[in-house]
Amino acid sequence: MAAFTLKINGREHQVDVDPGTPLLWAIRDNVGLTGTKYGCGVAQCGACTVYLDGQTVRSCSLPVSAVGKSEVTTIEGLTGKEAVAVQKAWVAHDVPQCGYCQSGQVMSAAALLGLNPKPTDQDIDLAMNGNICRCATYVRIRAAIHSAAKTLEG
Amino acid sequence: MSLVRTGTMALLAGSLVAIAIATYPGLRRADAAPEASRVAGSLKPVADFGGIKDKNERAVALFEEAGKVLQSPRCMNCHPAGDRPTQTDRMIPHQPLVVRGEAGMGAPGGLACTTCHHEANFDAARVPGNPKWQLAPIEMAWQGRSLGQICSQIKDPKLNGGKTMAQLVHHMAEDELVGWGWTPGAGRTPAPGSQKQFGELIKAWADAGAACPKG
Ligand code: FES
Ligand code: FES
Repeated sequence: MAAFTLKINGREHQVDVDPGTPLLWAIRDNVGLTGTKYGCGVAQCGACTVYLDGQTVRSCSLPVSAVGKSEVTTIEGLTGKEAVAVQKAWVAHDVPQCGYCQSGQVMSAAALLGLNPKPTDQDIDLAMNGNICRCATYVRIRAAIHSAAKTLEG
Repeated sequence: MSLVRTGTMALLAGSLVAIAIATYPGLRRADAAPEASRVAGSLKPVADFGGIKDKNERAVALFEEAGKVLQSPRCMNCHPAGDRPTQTDRMIPHQPLVVRGEAGMGAPGGLACTTCHHEANFDAARVPGNPKWQLAPIEMAWQGRSLGQICSQIKDPKLNGGKTMAQLVHHMAEDELVGWGWTPGAGRTPAPGSQKQFGELIKAWADAGAACPKG
């Protein structure tokens, strides 16, 4: 075990974990932020997506020891105009079904719009195909991202 | 959290894992193979080629030996001829779908290599990593090419990123991402021999005139 200070959603959290613990488990079990989900543990489903210094990462494939001073953002701390647009579009399109994959989907969608405000269908597929949804909400996800992009146009 | 909710979440998590594994053949087959099967091959030392008197023949033989490394899945997976890398020892298409993008790091706004691949291998998640993790440029596509074609490509400065022969030898012998091929992490067969031996073979090939295998 070793002590680490993790900066998550603007607050510092002390965690005492094995250095090889995936960031996902520190976020969920040690810090208690359970919006980030465990789906596969092998970087295949996207349910555990968070931001590290603003970039999407799969928190199941990153050991706590590699986080360093980087800022972690989870679904609980997601802010900004893209996040607001995505949230509104998600509600308008009634995107989630069971909801399990959705925090990962929202993190990836907001990140996509931050980098590419007017994504095409192909851009969306390339950005979102790493986020698996067992309820197959893909069609609504794509429509909602297009709607969010429209809102952002102003 | 109620038992019902906990149970439902566990079921859902289980289903996601099932989907992930079902959509990722590498996890079911190649990666399910016992660790004992991940034994790297070996390389013949440069001295073994000293008996070949003809310089060109010696160069070709040396390159063919070094080619065991170049054509190993550890190198080939990130030298695709298309936009999508491959993965595992069976060289299946990379899952999830990722493309090279402008800088070989993924589509702009899309799935970047660094979303999953970090500074080092992370065996707990079976995800390989290296600080330089990226796709080789399309001019350096090796998949589907013969060893002779790869050889001509490697020594052509127009296709190898402007490298002189000395820089090429240095790259093969010292580059950190090339070196990852010998420490690829759990579930992946390392490239044959060692980077040192590989570098020596490439240097001896260059010293012998850098002739390429035919075809
Ligand atoms: S839990 Fe991290 S990608 Fe599936
Ligand atoms: S909404 Fe159920 S897994 Fe995506």
